[in-house]
Amino acid sequence: MESICAFDRLVPGRGAAALLADGTQVAVFRLADGGLYAVSNRDPFTGAYVMSRGIVGDRSGEPTVASPLHKQVFSLKTGQCLDDGDQSLEAFAVEVVGGEVRVGAASDVKASALWPPPQPRRSPPPESARRWHRSPATPWR
Amino acid sequence: MSDKRLVVIGDGMVGRRFLEAVVERDPSWQVTVLAEEPRPAYDRVRLSAFFDGVSAEELSLASDLPGVDVRLGEPALAIDREARRVATAGGDYAYDKLVLATGSYPFVPPVEGSDLDGVHVYRTIEDLEAIRSRAEGRRHGVVVGGGLLGLEAANALRLLGLETQIVEFAPWLMARQLDEAGGGVLKQHIERLGIDVACSTGGTRIEPSGDRLRMETNQEGLAFDTDMIVFAAGVRPADALAREAGLAVGERGGVVVDPSCRSSDPDVYAIGEVAAMEGVCYGLVAPGYAMAEVAADRLAGGEATFPGADLSTKLKLLGVDVAQFGEMDGPLATTYLDPAEGVYAKLVLSDDAQTLLGGMLVGNAEPYPLLRASVGGKVPGQLADLLSSGEVEGALPDGAQVCSCNSVTKGEIMGAVADGCHDVGAIKSCTKAGTSCGSCVPMLKQLLAEGGVEVSKSICEHFAQSRAELFDIVKVTGISSFSELIARHGSGSGCDLCKPAVASILASLANGHILDGEQAALQDTNDHFLANLQRNGTYSVVPRIPGGEVTPDKLIVLGEVAKEFGLYTKITGGQRVDLFGARVEDLPKIWRRLVDAGFESGHAYGKALRTIKSCVGTDWCRYGVQDSVKMAIDLELRYRGLRSPHKVKSAVSGCARECAEARSKDFGVIATEDGWNLYVGGNGGFTPRHADLLVSDVDSETLVRTIDRFLMFYISTADRLQRTSKWLESLDGGVDYVREVVVDDRLGICEDLDAMMAKHVESYTDEWKGVLDDPEKLERFVSFVNAPDTPDPSIEFETVRGQSFPAGTTERSHARPVPLGTPERLGSERS
Repeated sequence: MESICAFDRLVPGRGAAALLADGTQVAVFRLADGGLYAVSNRDPFTGAYVMSRGIVGDRSGEPTVASPLHKQVFSLKTGQCLDDGDQSLEAFAVEVVGGEVRVGAASDVKASALWPPPQPRRSPPPESARRWHRSPATPWR
Repeated sequence: MSDKRLVVIGDGMVGRRFLEAVVERDPSWQVTVLAEEPRPAYDRVRLSAFFDGVSAEELSLASDLPGVDVRLGEPALAIDREARRVATAGGDYAYDKLVLATGSYPFVPPVEGSDLDGVHVYRTIEDLEAIRSRAEGRRHGVVVGGGLLGLEAANALRLLGLETQIVEFAPWLMARQLDEAGGGVLKQHIERLGIDVACSTGGTRIEPSGDRLRMETNQEGLAFDTDMIVFAAGVRPADALAREAGLAVGERGGVVVDPSCRSSDPDVYAIGEVAAMEGVCYGLVAPGYAMAEVAADRLAGGEATFPGADLSTKLKLLGVDVAQFGEMDGPLATTYLDPAEGVYAKLVLSDDAQTLLGGMLVGNAEPYPLLRASVGGKVPGQLADLLSSGEVEGALPDGAQVCSCNSVTKGEIMGAVADGCHDVGAIKSCTKAGTSCGSCVPMLKQLLAEGGVEVSKSICEHFAQSRAELFDIVKVTGISSFSELIARHGSGSGCDLCKPAVASILASLANGHILDGEQAALQDTNDHFLANLQRNGTYSVVPRIPGGEVTPDKLIVLGEVAKEFGLYTKITGGQRVDLFGARVEDLPKIWRRLVDAGFESGHAYGKALRTIKSCVGTDWCRYGVQDSVKMAIDLELRYRGLRSPHKVKSAVSGCARECAEARSKDFGVIATEDGWNLYVGGNGGFTPRHADLLVSDVDSETLVRTIDRFLMFYISTADRLQRTSKWLESLDGGVDYVREVVVDDRLGICEDLDAMMAKHVESYTDEWKGVLDDPEKLERFVSFVNAPDTPDPSIEFETVRGQSFPAGTTERSHARPVPLGTPERLGSERS
């Protein structure tokens, strides 16, 4: 675990970027309810290191962050993208010790938090809805 | 192939609809169109909009039709039916089938002197251009004709600034659509606008009188001295070609056709105003469209027949609603007259008073869609309600025609709703209902509700309310934080949809700096960093340059700042300078330099007022009539920082040449000789829209007051991310309704709107300076919370065309094609 900053330095409801000793960038979020999460700062859709600047919130109770570039929403718990099952952020272990925020390696949580693998929240449309595409009516008949 | 040559004579509205239908149904026809007018088909129904500032191009109905050769300005001169060919000045065109869509020509009563200079007709864009040029610098005009066309012509002259006199031969106005009482109420309205009306009067002789004209009438002692005379007394079918070719014509003119639109020669069809369908010529577009569809179907081997014409009409003439449907008279009629309000209604019923046969409405046509659709069926509600308020309950029969322009019944619409059309737009594209005159659109909304479709306006899963409802809640309760609002009126902890929307509402209602306290956490990244996030994680910085006016010294500062921080520099479309590639930690340093030089935030990052462009105005331009630069600067300084549901753009042009492109803006101002015209609801972007005229020739004070109210009404009622153009289109009554609210104060809220704007103007402060003056806010502008002095190593640049670009730019431009016209992905498109 690597010490990042004082917990009070984080703005409630907002994220901050941190640079780990090995050069990894993580985005650390302090939620309004006191929850604390860390995910990779790199937006997998664009490759830009911007996730810490996303808006946090929840989807059906699951804490989330939305990419500030194209607004895809990710779970803060697992890093899984809830709009596109193929993409995800790395989730990092994070804790507060003596008022200091500490971030651990990604692999520390991967084993626990990402098993069983999360399913995309959105189920595919039913077969009937996909098959049907109505052609425009001919109004003059 | 050899028997597939189709010649169409005439390229008007009906001809164009026919071509579209033919191409869609049987593209194997080789089509040649011979058109008399020099321009392709245009919307003649909206012709008078030409004087409202709508250009000929905007009226155009031209569309790209594969396999169709349109020969403009090449009128047919003769038809040789034996040899099956049509002659023009340019050559001969052989046909296998011929379609006559020649329309009508204006009827000019036999009045001596009707060929003099200054005597006009009202039919084509060329006629309108001639009227406009004659009217220049003159003050009085006479319109002969008090029917639909005559009133349109009168409106045109009024818009050209002429004192206008209507002369009508019948004893009352619109005698074809209204009875005497209805005509009387209409006359009242029109006279209130300052237009004189003389009924039971006909011109007998026109003679020159110096540079002007004098028209004598059948009324003893009544003569008019005037600058110009416009004949708009009806039309006659343009059937001369058909007559010469020996085709059968009707008693009152028109090419006689059977219900398949075939003339007396089976290879020749006639459609639209030139056709005498079983002896009757129709001067409305709806029956013409029906004929176009029938003829196209026949040419594709179909069996369609003319379904009969619904002559119902609803129009707004000179601001007055007039509607007529079904029969004008019958066994039983009941009327309502309110001379104080200028409202007249008449319903025609069967003798048992159970069946609605027809009726007419003047002054208030709200019940029209329901009434027209109910003709032939049960009276849809209590007579007293129908006649007075127009507020009625009641379900229509399935067979009732809801859209008469495109012949769509209620049953067809309900079918579309059941098949998944869940908003008005989907119904329009699926059934074509509501796509022509639009008068049935309110009816479509009712049918959606009847079909059980609840249009959800909720912002997201955390709030069931619409943005407008949340706005009202915040305004009324005085709630000033997101956490209180979601605790009391929502659920969960919020998301990227509701948080910025609420932040915008709180900011619109002037609640301090947008990064104050809890509000900071709500802002989208652009608002949070007061700059625009770019693809590589850097930001762009745009200082405000009001009206696009900038001193050389300030321009030099921009250059120096760009050089010092290695920023890519580009001139924007909004007449300012965009500086790209700023790292988060550099933003405050850049602002410091800019603020010290007298710049402030340009709010390019916010859903807020962006820029007010201007042309160079009277001080330099040879043509300008008002000082557009000064006005643009004043307006930009007044509305800077105003948060709104979406971005707001504006422009001010100093004359009608419109160099600032004001009509593509959310609100656009164009100078006139007498003041300013204000246009609203314009848009560029993905769905361009020209702005609608809200008020004309107003002084500066009235202009500003009207914009104040327009903006605040928009901010109070629009949906999240709804630009003014979509908002305007979503309002029943569109720009007319907005005018009633912000000019006539129909809702009694103008005082409130004024107060809201006064509060905004008073409380404005520069957001950049607000950060620079606050050490706590400054703390957030770091690359890494644990390494504030280390620049983000992932951000690299390369030099292209002498400027700084994100690394990989050169590689990207070679690696893949440049995506043209890819729509921007919007947050609101997600479900």
